[in-house]
This record gives sequence, structure tokens and C-alpha cells, in this order.
Amino acid sequence: MSQREINLSINGKTYAAAVEPRLSLLDFLRDHAGLTGTHVGCEHGVCGACSILFDGVPIRSCLMLAVQADGHAITTVEGLCNEDGAPGPLQDAFQEAHGLQCGYCTPGMLISAQALLAGNSDPSIAEIKDAIGGNLCRCTGYVQIIEAIQLAASRLREAGQ
Amino acid sequence: MKAAKFDYVLAESIEQAVAALAAGNGDAIIIAGGQSLMPMLAMRLATPATVVDINNIAQLSGIEAIGGEVVIKACTRQATALASPLVQMRLPLLAKAISHVGHQQTRNRGTVGGSLSHADPASEIPLAALAMDARVSLRSVAGTREVALADFFLGPMMTARADNEILLKVHFPEEPDGPDGSRMGTAFHEVSERHGDFAVVAAAAQIQLDANGRCIKAALALGGVNGVPRRIPALEARLRGTRIDPDAVRAVLPEIADAITPGDDQHASAAYRRRVAGVLAERALLEAVAEAAP
Repeated sequence: MSQREINLSINGKTYAAAVEPRLSLLDFLRDHAGLTGTHVGCEHGVCGACSILFDGVPIRSCLMLAVQADGHAITTVEGLCNEDGAPGPLQDAFQEAHGLQCGYCTPGMLISAQALLAGNSDPSIAEIKDAIGGNLCRCTGYVQIIEAIQLAASRLREAGQ
Repeated sequence: MKAAKFDYVLAESIEQAVAALAAGNGDAIIIAGGQSLMPMLAMRLATPATVVDINNIAQLSGIEAIGGEVVIKACTRQATALASPLVQMRLPLLAKAISHVGHQQTRNRGTVGGSLSHADPASEIPLAALAMDARVSLRSVAGTREVALADFFLGPMMTARADNEILLKVHFPEEPDGPDGSRMGTAFHEVSERHGDFAVVAAAAQIQLDANGRCIKAALALGGVNGVPRRIPALEARLRGTRIDPDAVRAVLPEIADAITPGDDQHASAAYRRRVAGVLAERALLEAVAEAAP
């Protein structure tokens, strides 16, 4: 099968590669771009661990082909860090509020929360639950994740962002 | 859990897409949002020789009101349809149905046409579209044809769309409130394991009442109770021309029993589905009537 050339932006950096059409965007991110923060969970669109921002909106990277990302802009969990590489406000809040245990679902949770807070600086618990409804966590019982997102939201409001 | 090899065609026009389907000779498949196809490819339930990508075809995206109907082009994202004022105002039943579809990550990719083409018997968009008397346009190299949704769903994941056809758009007849005081009410209810999961059973109701509160049109569709979403014409006929109150709804609910053939699976027993179908139908009909009441 012939390979196809793709060019895309990931976390503000341009990547060019030749890929097989059957390669998922998720596998491209991890195995070709070396960005292993995005996790492989179920690989069929149930668990949400592979969530990324695609042109600014959250999607599941296991449910897209890498060739479909040609010309598009992606943000992965690595892109949520501050510019100096330190954890960003959401990541800090997850750490402080114990919003993770094993960490498997965390990149997807962070991406869903990032998308929520980008359009809603003061989400209700119902809105947070809706935003992370497509992300499975088997450790925390979700309560601390919701608290972490509330904490990040309150800090972002205080910072006037 | 990795897709088998396939050739990839990035179609830039409808003509290119149908030409690629024709060339595929039954072994080419369309990818739109990919929210159902990608899992099927990953699990190798689908191993097509060619995947035809229609995401770059601008003519397949958009929502417009034309001549008494609202037309949703096939590759319109579910999130776009849900946020559309045209859909919210003129196709309220569809908006209510899409609010139950998946999660933000899947609605941002998943398409209206893809949901209809995939034809999962428990999915919400086919159910609402059936209740709304929608039609689809299908195009192949031989030309374009229209099919009413009543004739479109043939079985689980089986439709009247041929392998060489692409679903172009969905036509929803508009049901505006009449100058005579008639009003439309709609409701959508489902039982699912978690919000956003496929429905175990779902009910969609669209009821039009005249200025005196008498039923002019009634539509009730049930999902998860057959291989295809199902209208209940005998029940609808008994409601038309009457003043619908809780007793009247309870009196016609037995019509559902003969029209559905639910099965057992890991999610629910057939007996449970029968019971829930009646409960959700009653709830949806009464809520739609209340919304339409003068």
C-alpha cells in the first residue's frame, strides 16, 4: 500500500511524514511524532484516553486516520504545559486535587477539561460531568477529577484568563 | 486492533467520490466522521479494499431551509447540527435526539448522514428522522434518487443505500406552527446505561394539535425494539382526530405490543424492552402533547 505524505501542526510545531493510510492518528502521535502523553486505551472509541484537540475541538484520535489530519492543527496533552515545560494550570490542579491515580485516563480528562474551560470559565458540576462523559476512569470515582477541574476553573478566573 | 491495509482515496468532489465507489466494485467504503467505521476497521469487522474519504467535499456540509424543508447535508457534524439555530428552532425533535448522541469528542466528528447510513438499530438520529418523515438523497454514477426513511432501513446496519451510492443529504419536512393556531410538540426519551451510550430503548414523538387541542398529526417511533427503528402506525391512527389526555394515551399503548419484536442481549431482556418501550412511549407522547397544547 502506498504511503501518503502528511503535514500537520502538533502543539504549534510542524510535522511532516509519510504514513500508511491505515495508521490511526493516535498511533501517529505516539509512534511517529514521539508524543506518548496521549494514551492508547480501547482503540475503538469508548474510553476517551486518546482524546486530543483537533482544530481546537476535542476528538478521539483512535477514531481518525493520520492521513485525515493532513493540514490540520492538533493539541495533545503535552501542549497543555506552560511554555517552560512545567505543568499547566489544569495539570497542577489535577495533581493538587488528586484527580488521578493510575494516570491512564488523565490525558483524555485533561483534554476534555481544557475544551470545557476554553468556552466556560465557571462550569457547573453538571457541565463538567457532561464534558468528561466520554472519558472513562476506573480509579478515582470521578469526584476528585471534578474537584480538580473546579479548582483549575477558579484559579483561571482569579488570574483573569 | 489495527486496521487491515486498504487504499485511501481523498475525494475532493461528489463526482470523485461516486467514481471511486464505482471503481471499488462493492469493496469500497465511505469514511465520513469515522465514529462507527474506525472501530469496525480496528476490529477488522470491515476490511474494505478502498476507503473513500468525503470529509473534504464542501458541498456535503451545511444546513439550509429550502422550500418548506430543512436540508442537512450528509457530512454535517452532529455537533454542528446540535448548535444550529435552524435545527433548534425548526427541527426540535432532531435537536433533542442529538443531545443523547455520544459525547463531545464523538459529536465533533460524527456526522448526521453517517449515523443514518450506519443504521444502528439503537441510534437516535435514525429514530428521530423516521418520526419526522425525512427523506434521503442518494447518488451514484448512474444518477440521484430519493428514498423515504420509511423505506430506507432494512435491518441492523442495513439500508436501501447501494454499495456504489453516497448519501448526499437528508430532507426534513418543516412543521411550522400554523396561522390557524395549530402547534407542534416533540419529545425524545431513552434508557441507556450511561448518558451518551446507545439506547437500550428510545422513543421519539411528534404531535401536531389544532387550536382546539385536537390532534392533527401524530408520529411515534421506537428504537432498540427491532432490527430497525419502527413507527407505530396503528397507535398514530388512533390518536389522530382525538383530544389526547393521559387516559387516551394509555388506551392506545397496547398497539405497540404487536408492532415490536425486541430481542435479548447483554444490555436487556426482551421482556424489559417491551415494558420500557411502553413507559417511554407514554412519557414522550404526553410531553409532546403538553408542548403543543394551545
